[in-house]
Amino acid sequence: MTTKLMGQKVQRVEDQRFLRGKGRYVDDILVSPDSTEVLHAAVLRSPHAHARIIDIDVDAVLDLEGVHAVWTYDDLTGPMAEPLPLLIPHPALTHSRTQYALAKDEVNYVGEAIAFVVADDRYLAEDALGLIKVTYETLPAVVGVDAARAAKQLVHEDVPGNIGARLEQNVGDAPAAMATAPHRLELDLTIERSACTPMEGRGTVARWDPDTNRLQLWTSTQSSTGVRAAVAVKLGLDLGQVDVITPDVGGGFGVKINHPWPEEVLVPLAARALGRPVKFTEDRREHFISAAHERGQVQHIEVGFDDDGRLIALDVQFWHDHGAYTPYGLIVPIITSTQLLGPYKPQNYRVVFESLYTNTVIVTPYRGAGRPQGCYAMERTMDAIARYLGKDRTEVRAANFIQPDEFPYDHQLVFQDGRPLVYDSGDYPASLEKLKKLVGWEEFPAFQKEMAEQGRQVGIGLACYVEGTGVGPYEGAHVHIETSGKVKVATGLTTQGQGHATVFAQLVADELGVKFEDVEVVTGDTRRMPYAVGTFASRAAVMSGSAIHLAAKRAKEKALRIAADALEADEKDLEIVDGVVRVRGTSADTPSIALGTVAVLSNPLRYAFDEASQAATQFSIGDPGKPPVAEDDEPGLEGKDFYSPDRATFASGMHAVIVETDPDTAEITILKYAVVHDCGTIINPMIVEGQIHGGVAQGIGGALYERMVYDESGQLLNASFMDFLMPYVTEIPDGIEIDHLVSPSPLNPLGIKGAGEAGVIPTAAAFASAIEDAERQVRPEAVITAMPISPSELYTLRQEQSA
Amino acid sequence: MTEDLHEVRLSVNGVTHDVRVPARRLLSDALRHDLALTGTHVGCEHGVCGACTVLIDGAPMRACLMFAVSAEGHEVTTVEGLTRPDGSLGPVQQAFAECHGLQCGFCTPGFLTTITACLRENPNPTHEEARDMISGNLCRCTGYQNIVASVERAAEIARGGSASQEAAS
Repeated sequence: MTTKLMGQKVQRVEDQRFLRGKGRYVDDILVSPDSTEVLHAAVLRSPHAHARIIDIDVDAVLDLEGVHAVWTYDDLTGPMAEPLPLLIPHPALTHSRTQYALAKDEVNYVGEAIAFVVADDRYLAEDALGLIKVTYETLPAVVGVDAARAAKQLVHEDVPGNIGARLEQNVGDAPAAMATAPHRLELDLTIERSACTPMEGRGTVARWDPDTNRLQLWTSTQSSTGVRAAVAVKLGLDLGQVDVITPDVGGGFGVKINHPWPEEVLVPLAARALGRPVKFTEDRREHFISAAHERGQVQHIEVGFDDDGRLIALDVQFWHDHGAYTPYGLIVPIITSTQLLGPYKPQNYRVVFESLYTNTVIVTPYRGAGRPQGCYAMERTMDAIARYLGKDRTEVRAANFIQPDEFPYDHQLVFQDGRPLVYDSGDYPASLEKLKKLVGWEEFPAFQKEMAEQGRQVGIGLACYVEGTGVGPYEGAHVHIETSGKVKVATGLTTQGQGHATVFAQLVADELGVKFEDVEVVTGDTRRMPYAVGTFASRAAVMSGSAIHLAAKRAKEKALRIAADALEADEKDLEIVDGVVRVRGTSADTPSIALGTVAVLSNPLRYAFDEASQAATQFSIGDPGKPPVAEDDEPGLEGKDFYSPDRATFASGMHAVIVETDPDTAEITILKYAVVHDCGTIINPMIVEGQIHGGVAQGIGGALYERMVYDESGQLLNASFMDFLMPYVTEIPDGIEIDHLVSPSPLNPLGIKGAGEAGVIPTAAAFASAIEDAERQVRPEAVITAMPISPSELYTLRQEQSA
Repeated sequence: MTEDLHEVRLSVNGVTHDVRVPARRLLSDALRHDLALTGTHVGCEHGVCGACTVLIDGAPMRACLMFAVSAEGHEVTTVEGLTRPDGSLGPVQQAFAECHGLQCGFCTPGFLTTITACLRENPNPTHEEARDMISGNLCRCTGYQNIVASVERAAEIARGGSASQEAAS
């Protein structure tokens, strides 16, 4: 029996391509030294955060050599002239606004697209942008949650109070319970904006084929089927006229799930109008000012608890800065409001949020998607309770854990997918025990004391989270065994570094009994799998993994049925090993049949095309008394299936960090970082650990370095990698301790839970806890309420809190 | 406004190419678009991320901070040039595959070229030196843990005598 690949550290197949410089990212598409056929686009973007457009004068551009066309709003017609879609409507989103592909009359953030120029190359296109004259009447900008709430100025004239949505959810009666609680605390917290900043920005290439009236679109997206549907609507095409291919993607982290970007509809529009392929590749500044950000929230928490620190009532209000428009609906604040609960059961919970307009870049999910903020709110609260009661922070958490025998646990809330928030499985006490051991929680006080004697301030912190992963509605898969015995697999969601070509091939090799190297996986190509949702919410392994497993199962069933016929054996006695079907438990010389031959037999032929296919022609196979393809059958050795679960599965984990804060400079040094992680059954531990490493690094960025610095006029002051401090290796600890716990999900056939976002969720909360602990060694009053925190902010905090 | 074009002879991975480019054409764009060597990636175009790092006469250089016309007379090595003549992976590439040193692969070419040059200078880096070697390149996926491991593994592979010419010379 071949060794199962499930759970093995299988090396990635895609790396062979990447390491040779043979990856195909969107800007690599249609590159040819011999052809100048492809035209290049550039976008004129608003320099103002809020302004009326009085006039756009493109005259100077029209005669510029090398420029082919320029579009402004006035050139758009039909659906293109309508606002971009609201992707996820919600009844509470009473005042939704989405932008136009090109600004109509008004701009609402620095970076909003105004004009679209197509030229021979990007240099010329940018030259042309410089010649477009726009007359603006500037308006006061609304920047930040406080300004949005104050509503002295409005982002959109017809949106009172800048409030896009207000949503309240209740479990039990939090205010009434609060009144009876033995102890009460209030916390006011803030968390700043950050962004995904994948190394590859956004990009789109389109080619219109006039011979077939069809559009081919390559785009760096997390949802090729979503882009396909949106582009078809905008360009007035049938879905069948549009192919969307997601090539290699240089990182997504959430930002590429929003769609269609203005450029994603303008590029194909231009390609069709000009009869030439058109490419748009954004530069880094454009990514900062015209893609999307996340995280920014202000939170007010009231909590009532008993002497053990057990929650009696939790009453949370928060204000979410969603930027200038709401294309992605309320997903981020809904996730904050529900996933805030983490592994705890608060008994009575009320959460109210307002999602607010500001004159800044739109806010759509960034890895974690609202969870880091929720985790931060809850974990800061746990720390505050522990401090108030003088208890160990782990003890207070443990007192509130949902216990292993309480699953499925129904929180009686509605989750981001519109379904009940019901946790499927987990073991939080076991997880905490593992974490304590991994980080050395019990030994830490002695170390802390020892350090203090040397005049050094060290602190330890922890944070726990639960992450709903693998939300629906569905994913599908197609498994096709070719007559060569090679297996071609397609699933519709996209890949941006998660190693799908490897992990999905592992699943197929295991289920089908074929060699791993004979399996080839394609993702994100609507020609191969037109029904799909996308890669977000840590859902690829759960959703497509399950679908692929099911599809492989179907292909296997069919292979066994045909092989049983050919071998005159009972299906039940057959097994497939290394691509050969044989009778189980028999010696090597007993009759067997290769899967490739089974594929030949599965497709009754009139015409042979090679030696193998001669075996499938009409004079070679079949009972002449029956139809060559049975009534309930199809030709070909294929399996197709879809996976659509009742609800999400819930992964969980806990992080702990030990930091040192410099008594003089307030510099923050990471001494140890420990992760306990439970994502159910693990397909490839190497890849899961890679995801955790990357998530933690992004979390460290978000906790200590990264923020979007807007001035009061709405200019993003740090829109470059010089000024936005993304961590280099020098900012990341040397070694991240990881331990796994496996609580398989009962919801899918493989017991998988998602792992993509986990690493980033509790990081800011864990750092806040650790830094506070370190500071309290010398300043018992120290409290951390705002993240990220820089050395200078910590320094200022010391001054303020000692004053 | 017609741009003056300059005849430039570029020597890349040992192959000579004659191109006609405007003076302002970045080396990164010339490599990618004029020579179709798309392995060199552009991540920021302001010299910070290091994705576009190529070797100029063996030394790491940001291709986005250099004009194509300035590359004349120099030997340019891109990620494509790190593969051995028989098509197999060079030691740094091999180490990245073994250690899961890459995820989306976009920043990877810049790491591979940089590490190749650094290991040539210091074939036996300490752990700290291995971290230093990659401290000028940004990666958003890996958290660098496995890239550091890849540096150490690459040195090991190179020492084992299975090095490509690039790293062994």
